[in-house]
Amino acid sequence: MDKIIVTLSGLFAIVGIYWFFFGKKETAVSANEALTIIVDGGYKPNILRIKKDKSVKLTFIRKDQNSCLEDLIFPDYKIKEYLPMNQPVTVTLTPPHPAVSSFHCGMNMFQGRIEATT
Amino acid sequence: MKTSFPLVGMHCASCAKLIERKLKKTPGVNEASVNYGSEQATVDFDPKISSLDTLAKAVSDVGYQAIVSGREESSPEQLKEAAKRQELSQLKQKVIVSSILSVLIILGSFPEWFGRFFAFFSGYELLTNNYILLLLTTPVQFWAGWGFYQATWSGLKNRAASMDTLIAIGTSAAYGFSVLTTLFGKTLSQLGFPLSLYFDTASVIITLILLGRYLEAKAKAHTSDAIKKLLHLQAKTARVLQMKNGNNLTIQQLNNGVNFIEKDIPLDQVQVGDLIRVRPGEKIPVDGKITQGTSSIDESMVTGESIPVDKREGDLVIGSTINKTGSFLFVATKVGNETMLATIVKMVAEAQSSRAPIQRLADVVSSYFVPIVLMLSVATFVIWYDFGPPVGGFVPAFTNLIAVLIIACPCALGLATPTAIMVGVGRGAEKGILIKDAQSLEIAHKTKVAIFDKTGTLTRGEPRVTDFLVTESSDRKALEPLIASVEANSEHPLSRAIVAFFPKSAVPKVDDFRAIEGFGVTGKVGSKMVLIGNQKLMEQEKVARAADLEKPAEQWMDQGKTLAFVAVDGKHLGLLAIADTMKTEAKEMVTQLKKIGVAVWMITGDNEKTAKAIAQQAGIENVLAQVLPQDKASKVKEFKSKQYSHNTIKQSSIVAFAGDGINDAPALAAADVGIAMGTGTDVAIESSSITLLNKDLRSVTSAINLSRATLSVIKQNLFWAFGYNVILIPVAMGALYPLTGWLLNPALAAFAMAASSISVVGNSLRLKGVTI
Repeated sequence: MDKIIVTLSGLFAIVGIYWFFFGKKETAVSANEALTIIVDGGYKPNILRIKKDKSVKLTFIRKDQNSCLEDLIFPDYKIKEYLPMNQPVTVTLTPPHPAVSSFHCGMNMFQGRIEATT
Repeated sequence: MKTSFPLVGMHCASCAKLIERKLKKTPGVNEASVNYGSEQATVDFDPKISSLDTLAKAVSDVGYQAIVSGREESSPEQLKEAAKRQELSQLKQKVIVSSILSVLIILGSFPEWFGRFFAFFSGYELLTNNYILLLLTTPVQFWAGWGFYQATWSGLKNRAASMDTLIAIGTSAAYGFSVLTTLFGKTLSQLGFPLSLYFDTASVIITLILLGRYLEAKAKAHTSDAIKKLLHLQAKTARVLQMKNGNNLTIQQLNNGVNFIEKDIPLDQVQVGDLIRVRPGEKIPVDGKITQGTSSIDESMVTGESIPVDKREGDLVIGSTINKTGSFLFVATKVGNETMLATIVKMVAEAQSSRAPIQRLADVVSSYFVPIVLMLSVATFVIWYDFGPPVGGFVPAFTNLIAVLIIACPCALGLATPTAIMVGVGRGAEKGILIKDAQSLEIAHKTKVAIFDKTGTLTRGEPRVTDFLVTESSDRKALEPLIASVEANSEHPLSRAIVAFFPKSAVPKVDDFRAIEGFGVTGKVGSKMVLIGNQKLMEQEKVARAADLEKPAEQWMDQGKTLAFVAVDGKHLGLLAIADTMKTEAKEMVTQLKKIGVAVWMITGDNEKTAKAIAQQAGIENVLAQVLPQDKASKVKEFKSKQYSHNTIKQSSIVAFAGDGINDAPALAAADVGIAMGTGTDVAIESSSITLLNKDLRSVTSAINLSRATLSVIKQNLFWAFGYNVILIPVAMGALYPLTGWLLNPALAAFAMAASSISVVGNSLRLKGVTI
C-alpha cells in the first residue's frame, strides 16, 4: 500500500516539476526606446522584442543577492556588465539584423531572449 | 538645473514617496520625482541655492543613499572589486564557522567511531545528544546556508531553478527529517519510519559547497587578471604646460616664447591638444605626438616588444608606456576612452564576454539541467523505496535522493568554456596579441590557408635603399653628398629613403631645385647639374646609360626593386636600388606555418615576376599577383569556397588573411580569421578578429598555438563537466548497487561537486603558463 502511495506521489511530483519549470507561458515585451528590466530570480521581462537597426536602452536593476546574477552577458553583442545590487546599469543594443539571441547570467542559470524583428 | 541620480536602499513604493517628499522640501528644489522601478530620482533645482551634495544629504537623512556624480561615484570595476572583497570575506567567515560546527557535529553523530577516543572527556556524551546536534546544525543550515534559500526563492518566483535550488532542497530534506526525528522520534517510530539523523549530512554538504565557492571565487578572480593588469598600467596624472593665467599653452605660443608653468593634473582632465612634458622614467599619460625632444620608450606593456623604441619629433607615443631616457614634450591626440590602452581594454573585455560556438551545447544542457535533476531525484526515491532492500527501504531511498540533488553540478558546465576563453584572451593580450572574439580563438588553429598582404604586412611598408653602385670611372665619396643634398629638398618617400641611406653630414646648398612628378628630381650643386630619377627622366634629359651598370640594373629590376639613376652634368654616374624590405622575422614565420601544415600565400598588386622574387625572400612559393586592392576580398572568398581548384587547397578550408591597410579591410572581414598588424590603420584593426600589437609576424603562429591550447582546455573542461555529471548522477542514484553494493554518501557527493567546479577553473588557469 505504502509503495503505491509513494509511487503515485512520485509520479505526481515529477509531472508537477515538469509543468512548473517547462510549462510556463512566456510573452515577449516590445522594447521601443528604453525598458527597465528587474533582475530578481531571473529577468523581468525576459523576452524582449526589438526592431532591427533601432537602438534600445535596457536598464537592468539587480535586486537579487544570488551571485550568479551579478554578471550580465549578451554573447552575441559581446557585452558583459557587472550588476551591483540595486544600481541601474544601462546597456544599449542595436540589433543589426533580424535574429534571436540570448542574454544570461554569469553561469547561464538564468536566461533571457532578444527577438530582433524587421 | 535638472539632474537625475540613482538611489540605493528602497524596498517599496512608499520609500520612493518618502524620498520624493523630502527632496521637494529641500530649499532650492523646484520639482522632484522618484521612480521606484528604475530607482532613480529626477530633480530640478536651482544650483545657486542648492547643490548635489545637499540633495544627497537630504536623501541620506531619510535613511537612503543617493549616488551623485563626483561624490561616492566609482567605476563599475571598483564596485565589483569592493563587492567581491566583501563577498569573499563573508564567505570565509561562514566557511570557518561552519567547518568548526561540522567537525563537532560529525564527532557527535558517530559515537560508535569516536566514542572510545573521547572516553576520557566527560563532555563528549553531551555532544552525542540529538538536541545538541540540532542546536549545532541550525546555524549552519540557516545562517551559513541562507544564500541557497534566497537564491532558490528568487528562482522559484520566476519558475526557474539553479544549483542553489538543488542544494537548498537536498540539505533541507536532510535537516528537516532529522528535526522531526529529534522532536517526534517516538511517533515516527510507531509509524514505521527508521530513526536516522542526517545533521552531519546537511552541515557537511553546506560547509563543503561554501568552501568550494570560496576557492572558486578566489580562482575566478584570476581569470580577469589581464584586464586588471592593463588598467593598472595607466598613469594617474599628466604634467601639462599652462600659461600663468591657467590657460593651456599651444605649440605656437611655446615657439613664440610665451612664459609658462608646468602643472600636474589628473588624467581625466587632460584634453586633446594639451602640451605635456614627460621626464625620464615617467609613464606617458595619454596618446600623442612628440613636438620637442627625443627619447627611447619602453612599449612592452602594450606591444609585448621588449626592446625600447627610439622616438623623436613627429613620432607617435602611446599612453601608459614608459619613457626611458630623454625628456620630451608632446601634444595629446587621444584621451580618455579614445586612447590605445582604453581601446585594448575594451576589446579584451568584449572578447572575454563573447561566446565560443563550442559553448552552445553546454548552454542548451544548462537550461534543462536542474529541473531534470529534480525529476531524477524523485524517481530515485520512488525506485529505491519500491525495489530497494526489503527492510528499511526508506533510508537508502532518502539518502540517494539527497546524493542525486547534491552531486549534480551545472556550474562546471557553465564555467567550462567562458573561463578558458577569459584566460586565453588575457594570455594573448599579455603577449601583444589582441583577440577580438571567442569564435576566432576557437577556429584559428584550424587554419589551412594563410594569405598575407605584401606591403606593410610581410614587408616593412617603407622603401629603403638596398643597393648603391657607381660607374668604374666615378668617385663614390664625391657623389654621395651631391645625391643627399638634392634629395633632401624633396618630400617624396623614395627621396626620404635615399636621404636616410647616406650618412648625415653637412650638405652643400642646392639651387634651381625641381621635383618632376613621375620622373625624379633635379638641382644645381655649385656648378654641377644633378639629375636623380627613373629611366624616363634619363631619356627626357638625353642621358646615355652607363654600360657597366646595365647588368645590376637588370638584376635589381628582376628582384622587384625600383631604380634611381644618378647623372651629373649629363653623364650617368650611379645607380640606386630602392625596395620595400622584407621583415626579418617573415621567413621564420613562414617556416613555422608550413611546419604546422598551413599553406602560405602572398597577395599583391605587383606583377608576377616581381611578386615571386619578393615572396621567395620569405620562403613563400604561392603568389597571387596583380590583384587589385578591391579584389582581395573576392580572392579570400574563392579560397574559402570549395570550387577553387588548386592542388594545395582542400575543400572548405579555414582561411586566415593578414593585412594592414584600409583596402585590406574587406578581405580581413571576409576571412575566417582576419589578422591585422598593430601598425595598421584603425579600419583594418576594426575589421580583423585578431590584431598583432607587437608587430611581430611570428605572433601569427603564436595566435594559432594559443587557439590550439585554449581549445584543448575547453574540450578537457567540457569532457570533465559532462563526464562528471553523466557518470556520477547514475552512481548517486545507486546504479552500481546491484553490481558492487556501492552507494554514494551525500557528504562525499558534496565534496565531489565542489571539486568539479574548482578543477574546471584551475584547468583554465593553466593557460596562463602555456608557451605560445
